[in-house]
Amino acid sequence: MLGKLTWAAIPFDQPIPLTVGAGVLVVLLAVIAWVVIAGHLPYLWREWITSVDHKRIGVMYCLLALVMLLRGGSDAIMMRAQQAIAFHSQGYLPPEHYNQIFSAHGTIMIFFVGMPFVIGLMNFVVPLQLGVRDVAFPTLNSVGFWLTATGALLVNISLVVGEFARTGWLPYPPLSELTYSPGVGVDYYLWSLEISGVGTLVAGINLVTTVLKLRTKGMTYLRMPVFCWTTLAANLLIIAAFPILTATLAMLILDRYLGFHFFTNEAGGNVMMFMNLIWAWGHPEVYILVLPAFGIYSEIVPAFSGKPLFGYRSMVMATMAICIISFCVWLHHFFTMGAGPNVNAIFGIASMIIAVPTGVKIYNWLFTMYGGRIRFATPMMWSVGFMVTFIIGGLTGVLVAVPPADFLLHNSMFLIAHFHNVIIGGVLFGAFAGYTYWFPKAFGFRLHEGWGKAGFWFTLTGFYLTFFPLYAAGFLGMTRRMQHYDVAEWRPWMIAAGVGMVLLSIGVLSQVVQLVVSIRDRNSVSLRDVTGDPWDGRSLEWSTASPPPVFNFAVLPDVEGEDAYWKIKSRAREQGLLRREPEYRDIEMPRNSPTGFVCAFFATIMGFALIWHIWWMVALGGVGAFATFVAFAWRDHDEYVIPAAEVARIDRANREARLAALRARSAA
Amino acid sequence: MNILDPQGPVAAADSAILIDSIAIMLAIVVPTIIAIFAFAFWFRASNTRARYLPDFAHSGRIELVVWSIPALTIILLGGVAWIGSHQLDPREPVPGTGSPVRVQVVSLDWKWLFIYPDQRVATVNSLTVPVGAPLQLDLTSSSVMNVFFVPQLASMIYTMNGMVTHLNMRADQEGNYQGLSAHFSGDGFPDMMFDVHVISPLDFPKWVEATAKSGKELTADSYKQLSQQSVETGRPTYRLPDPRLFDDIATQRIPPGPGPKLVENPAKPRPESGAASVR
Amino acid sequence: MTDATFVHGHGDPYHLHGGRPQEGPASKRIVTGYGFWIFLLSDIVMFSCFFAAYAVLQGQTAGGPKGSELFDLKSVAAETAFLLLSSFTCGLAMIAADVRSLRWYQIGMAVTCLFGLGFLALEGREFADLVGRGAGPTRSAFLSAFFTLVGCHGMHVSAGILWLLTMMAQVFAKGFRADIMRRLLCFALFWHALDIIWVAIFSVVYLFGSAA
Repeated sequence: MLGKLTWAAIPFDQPIPLTVGAGVLVVLLAVIAWVVIAGHLPYLWREWITSVDHKRIGVMYCLLALVMLLRGGSDAIMMRAQQAIAFHSQGYLPPEHYNQIFSAHGTIMIFFVGMPFVIGLMNFVVPLQLGVRDVAFPTLNSVGFWLTATGALLVNISLVVGEFARTGWLPYPPLSELTYSPGVGVDYYLWSLEISGVGTLVAGINLVTTVLKLRTKGMTYLRMPVFCWTTLAANLLIIAAFPILTATLAMLILDRYLGFHFFTNEAGGNVMMFMNLIWAWGHPEVYILVLPAFGIYSEIVPAFSGKPLFGYRSMVMATMAICIISFCVWLHHFFTMGAGPNVNAIFGIASMIIAVPTGVKIYNWLFTMYGGRIRFATPMMWSVGFMVTFIIGGLTGVLVAVPPADFLLHNSMFLIAHFHNVIIGGVLFGAFAGYTYWFPKAFGFRLHEGWGKAGFWFTLTGFYLTFFPLYAAGFLGMTRRMQHYDVAEWRPWMIAAGVGMVLLSIGVLSQVVQLVVSIRDRNSVSLRDVTGDPWDGRSLEWSTASPPPVFNFAVLPDVEGEDAYWKIKSRAREQGLLRREPEYRDIEMPRNSPTGFVCAFFATIMGFALIWHIWWMVALGGVGAFATFVAFAWRDHDEYVIPAAEVARIDRANREARLAALRARSAA
Repeated sequence: MNILDPQGPVAAADSAILIDSIAIMLAIVVPTIIAIFAFAFWFRASNTRARYLPDFAHSGRIELVVWSIPALTIILLGGVAWIGSHQLDPREPVPGTGSPVRVQVVSLDWKWLFIYPDQRVATVNSLTVPVGAPLQLDLTSSSVMNVFFVPQLASMIYTMNGMVTHLNMRADQEGNYQGLSAHFSGDGFPDMMFDVHVISPLDFPKWVEATAKSGKELTADSYKQLSQQSVETGRPTYRLPDPRLFDDIATQRIPPGPGPKLVENPAKPRPESGAASVR
Repeated sequence: MTDATFVHGHGDPYHLHGGRPQEGPASKRIVTGYGFWIFLLSDIVMFSCFFAAYAVLQGQTAGGPKGSELFDLKSVAAETAFLLLSSFTCGLAMIAADVRSLRWYQIGMAVTCLFGLGFLALEGREFADLVGRGAGPTRSAFLSAFFTLVGCHGMHVSAGILWLLTMMAQVFAKGFRADIMRRLLCFALFWHALDIIWVAIFSVVYLFGSAA
């Protein structure tokens, strides 16, 4: 009846995951109870859960990322503590637990922090920057988000029901085959990624179609903000790379569930094929994460330097170059597999070539600052912190792209330090920068500067103190994923990294406090964003109110050049006048739909059932998901109309605020 | 285990390339970082002496320079990578004094087996080699993937079941070194450390002779016993009656290692078999 | 698939204006078709992984049967004929939908469905036969890759038939509404893409496989 699921799946003998799981469950139930009792449920259902508004969905993506960041961060704290302790001893985490933690840490941080964070920001910002009302497929957008959430949920269920994979964030066979990993851990990994992978693919298709087909009048390709370009590049990579992940994991699933022989030791299976396939997805994935972050910096640095981005066309060229070359480098993840010298050298050089456009980007940001009037608000701090940190990460990255150097550094702590250097220093800093930068646009008030700067400095110093010792440990021959060790030379570096982790955690906590304090003081003069343009921005998202009305723009803007809003704003400042009031018309917007949520509900059931081999439940989930889509397809009215008068009322309020700001400015 | 303190020609060349590459890159990275700080500091909004250029967004000359600096660096480094990859191909024989010593390496579940087919001996977790002689290693795995790595002596190389990889190396200093697995392979992975004893060429035959007197024999049967999952704290040695044992392992005539023992509820495997034996 | 409505998206949904940027956002029909094209591309990337796996594992028969000992080209030729004919009738159904002929649309779709089911029946017979001869997917890596590649296409055809029946029911219940016409466009693209993939499978797996 319940497949492999029995009471033995609950780890009653392991206090740590059980207490953590119970704690999370209690908090979750308490939140739900509060929502229901306080009567917020209809609001949440109407305005968020069933929303197909790209802004709301973007915010929910970011929220998911932030919550999962806390989960993945706890894993990181536990690992650093274990390695600081486990010298000549077993530490406090037995191997079966430690191995799950590093697997979960990597999986969560890449798939459920990095991905939702960048997808959330792209979702929120791109239609606003393109000057349109929504993404190409609003309802599918909601489906994509909820499927991603399903994946995250399944990973977290594994904490208390069964176990998670112990095979690392990429389940290399044959270790991940049934022979060597008979538990459900790998199955949790596989199904949560297959399901969230569908969500990611949907998001990718949606955003590419949006950028290519939905742009306001006059928004030619070479007038798009660079963030839209990086969105295009990243989502093209999603479309080309995620199906590879889906197929590869499907092969592993077939091996595990039906006794196929893709990657087994027996009957001619080939593990090297897994490595090639998984990295043919895995390396583009790195750029899926970091390209949007590059886009974020390309928005922030000009805005806070008070001048346009330097070398816009180079930037676009560099972005697209990275997009293409990223598919030609995957082999550098296994130079030590014994492929011939020609193969190694070619892939090594291809990997280095990516450093050229990346280097160009750094110089372009540098020269954007040149001749600027730089305001060091928190987003700009993250950006400068990124530039310095990322260069170092780039250096170590090019170093491991030199095959003979990689022969000594592959899989070592040096590698760990390197990719955290680029992922934290590149992606996470970028996500934080974007979060602080666009927060006022999303909610109508800024985040507290003091706490934000505290968060920045703690994160930055914490990062250096955590990961530079790991570079040193790598030079001392230490490999990754050591649950314990007996080598005395490694110890001091592990302790130093543990101390760094404390600072890093304080940095994250500061940002939690920042959020709480900012929400509390949201109506204060210093935080409230009245005009919709708190940073003196340059692109179209700053031309509408904060938060933007559901239709984004009362009238779709006409674009006449790069930095579309800057031109409009400069003219208004010269003349001391806003543009003439446009003629308002009725606007049709897509209606809310619970399709995404209901579909994800059935996907969760199906995923869970597949993991535990509960076949009737699999069928139930499948039929349910199909029925949901049919029901959605059957509905007669998928749009509603916002009358012109209402549009006029909303837009006039914003025009008044802007006019007041304009007058105050010219008076000053 | 410091990779910057190599004790053999392969590791020395690897780490020389490593240091050269860092030096080449630092030559542009350091000035760039300084420029970032300098620009950020000088062009701060409160600095009234800095010139404000609100429309400075393009300069062909600068763009030419910023594309060529990284490109030139990469051309230089690419040359290093190309030459290095060819010179340090692990399959390339390494010259040395005396006759080459062949060692066949099998990564087992959580220990290393070293087979000396010419000397008819085998050891676990302890590799003894003569100083200065060319060492020719053939490597495979009994089950899951591992990476053979002696940080001070040679490049890393994967071990995979059903496949043989090759590694050539030489040790130039007598002494004891440590090796380890550099690819996660399950619960006992951190205990896959092994010793490397580099001894004088005169002592090596004596060591072989002493080892050949070992009470234990390594046959297909005792190999199967050995390939069960466990962590080995001792350093057992074996006589080797059949020098073709490695070929039988590599070609899967001896089937792959069995992996963890299944317990009754597959949802929660091996609370006792894997983890307990590690401690 | 609901799309946001745009000022410029109101005209005749069959008016294929290119949505050039100076004209603002493209029409819904363009957007939907374009998005679905991109999905098909990603699907083809997925198939190419299975093709790659098949190419890598083709020789790994583990002492079991090779492709040339297994494939029955006559049956495969019949499968191919069914699928290509179904594409033709699918095209007829789309023309019927364009001229709003309910009867011919339903007939066209029904025939398409029958051809599709015929294809699946032949493929099912082939698979059952192979498994019966001890050449199931667990026999060797080659057969794993074969069953996965061909089976994945079969799954797509099955999903397509489910979609087809849904579209028949939908047109029956709701008529040729604009959003339903857009879905039909996507369905037709999907059905034809399955043909293209089948042609690749036919050549790479069956023709080369029988020759080898």
